[in-house]
Amino acid sequence: MMKKLDILMVGVGGQGNVLASDILSEVAIAAGYDVKKTDTLGMAQRGGSVVSQIRIADKVWSPLINEGEVDILMALEKLEAVRWSHYLREGSIAIVNNQATPPLSVSLGTHSYPGDKEIEAALKRWAGSVHFVDGSSQARDLGDIRTLNILMLGCLSCFMPIDVNIWKDCISQRLSPKIVKMNMVAFDKGREDMSGAGIT
Amino acid sequence: MKKLLSGNEAFALGAHHAGVMVATAYPGTPSTEILEAIAQFDDVYAEWSTNEKVAMEVGMGAAYAGVRTMVSMKQVGLNVASDPFMAASITGINGGLVVVVADDPGVFSTQNEQDTRHYARLAKVPMLEPSDSQEAYDLMEVAFEISEKFDTPVLMRSSTRISHSKSVVELHRSRPKSAKQAAFRHDVEKHVMLPVHVRLRRPVVEERLVKLSAFAETFPGNQIIRGERNLGVVSSGVAYQYARETFPRASFLKLGMTYPLPQNLIRKFAEGVDRLIVVEELDPFLEENILAMGIEVIGKEFIPRIGELNSSIVEEAAYRAGLIAKPSHRKFSPPQGLPGRPPVLCAGCPHAGMFFVLSTVGQRSKLLDARGKSEQVGKLIITGDIGCYTLATYPPLRAMDTTACMGASIGQALGMEKAGVASKVVAVIGDSTFLHSGITGLVNAVYDGAGVTIIILDNGTTAMTGHQDHPGTGVSAQGKETVKVELEQLVRGVGVEDVKVVNAFDLKALRAALRGSLDNPRLSVIIVRGTCSVQLRERSGVRTVDVDKCDNCEVCLKIGCPAIQKLDKQIYIDATLCAGDACTICEQLCPRKAIGPLSDVI
Repeated sequence: MMKKLDILMVGVGGQGNVLASDILSEVAIAAGYDVKKTDTLGMAQRGGSVVSQIRIADKVWSPLINEGEVDILMALEKLEAVRWSHYLREGSIAIVNNQATPPLSVSLGTHSYPGDKEIEAALKRWAGSVHFVDGSSQARDLGDIRTLNILMLGCLSCFMPIDVNIWKDCISQRLSPKIVKMNMVAFDKGREDMSGAGIT
Repeated sequence: MKKLLSGNEAFALGAHHAGVMVATAYPGTPSTEILEAIAQFDDVYAEWSTNEKVAMEVGMGAAYAGVRTMVSMKQVGLNVASDPFMAASITGINGGLVVVVADDPGVFSTQNEQDTRHYARLAKVPMLEPSDSQEAYDLMEVAFEISEKFDTPVLMRSSTRISHSKSVVELHRSRPKSAKQAAFRHDVEKHVMLPVHVRLRRPVVEERLVKLSAFAETFPGNQIIRGERNLGVVSSGVAYQYARETFPRASFLKLGMTYPLPQNLIRKFAEGVDRLIVVEELDPFLEENILAMGIEVIGKEFIPRIGELNSSIVEEAAYRAGLIAKPSHRKFSPPQGLPGRPPVLCAGCPHAGMFFVLSTVGQRSKLLDARGKSEQVGKLIITGDIGCYTLATYPPLRAMDTTACMGASIGQALGMEKAGVASKVVAVIGDSTFLHSGITGLVNAVYDGAGVTIIILDNGTTAMTGHQDHPGTGVSAQGKETVKVELEQLVRGVGVEDVKVVNAFDLKALRAALRGSLDNPRLSVIIVRGTCSVQLRERSGVRTVDVDKCDNCEVCLKIGCPAIQKLDKQIYIDATLCAGDACTICEQLCPRKAIGPLSDVI
């Protein structure tokens, strides 16, 4: 058993962040832990920053994670990973989808999108290991970009001491039967991406 | 059975298991999902009311008729509903009436940061405050019992982190087989608030408060958790969770009922500890009450009264107050200079075209130059309202001058005109907001001879809170077909002669309609109609940029569409976001004809 695990999932509205954090919460409950989860969404439906905080322990009090205490960051978009990097504790793990979705201020030319080296440096300031995943292109190759969130959960699962079958059961229960098969392939692809890097 | 539930889902299940028969609400973040969750049950009547005042009045009627009733809203909704809420306090109820109100500390999605707890004191009604989803579920049953036992509405105070956080709930009850059925008892002295009857009811209300205070002393939701004696913490709601994490060894007085307060219990707790601190979000509500009892207590001198708390903020405060040696973790500074990602109108949003026209016809803003500077030449004054469209305040559209509260745009526009501003005044309001409280403003504008232009952005849904139905959609909260209120009939019916209905995705028509209305010295209404892009069932004809024709003039970027992006000096359209044939605003706008359907260009 682990003492506690504070996980931050970040992305852009429409990428499936909330569903992924729901599934993670259900996985942790099925594995016998107490869980609290909080999503913060922008006002509009699509395109804003989305962040989900998932706290897993024997007993969780606050639903919010303190800055500097995140154990694992899972980012569906690179800029969002940097935005939340100060939440990482020293020696933590960052799993980042290698995908840039420039916000309007970048398109309008008032701001510039950080370069890959800058992004990696910002994360490595605190994280012990940073794993970039070509999640968007892999999900597209699998036939549907919408499998990205489950692919990234596959990556995340490699860093958590929870049986892989619990993950698969929870994913199957949560998704509509029509899309389970494709998402299972995505989940396995994510695990394959992290082979050798993770703990399970 | 254990389930992972949000606070809002837990409120709804708690009410269902308490035998609630009627539930009413108007959508508002963070309270919306309460009604959505209870509307799933066929054995409950659930409705989206036109506004919170009506929701409260329907709730009062149902409670008078003897059935258990829940009314839910966000905190500013209670301002709208405060008149019937105050009345319900004085008449009392019959069937239990629980009013769930969700605050928004930190202001994630509200026009202010008001603390609802003051309403409990104002209305002299009991207030409960859950601190997680389990308590949201459990306290709902208790709330109905208190309501019926003391003949009073009960205020159930939530907050963003209670309503939207998910935690594990043990569902240990189920719905009673026979819920209380309707039976109205004629009693004019109780229900008809003529002054003579009010005078009879006033002592009843005061006596009720005394009885509730006595009840609070032994209420199991108010509990002392014995820890070390050197520090005693009084807390309620989600603040309790932050405090519990920060002070794992302290003694706690956890209050599940925060009005009226259990004074003897508080005294007993205070006497048993060396130092007393109140940890509460927003105003010093508990603190001032405890101070008024003559008890020494630490509170808002150290704990911020602005914004939401978390355990590290509480820890910092405790350090400043000298309660702990030093915070256990370092301060981490957020990365600086990153491009922000503020909420924006979605790709294919039916509001974008009209706002683009307003920003150009009104010559309000010149284009942002390379250094991000823009010149503003105000020609029109645009009074705004509450909805997704408030986002048109941001660049590049910058087409909104005011936003205050639901329905205010129309009255404000009239006020500006009557004050004598030189510019033409345009009020912009959404369909759901118009039906909520814009109608009375419109009637006022007709009656008082306004010459303003009112634009009703009709996307056929209450979009910002997550697409709830309303009287203009013709579908009920429980998915039943019902009478559809036609906006143009309504507007003509109150006496507006110049009424135009325009397709939200036809730029030329939008421009012509706006010019026509601006030229008309009399009151005019433009209804801009188009489906919310999030609700589009099918997408076809995703647009793309022909790079050979595109000369990077950037006019398309001025729509503010998130699908139109520029990276490495080339404009492109994100195919996963573009609404395609349903929109085509960018294609209509492009002076180089460089935008077209993907299949045509490649």
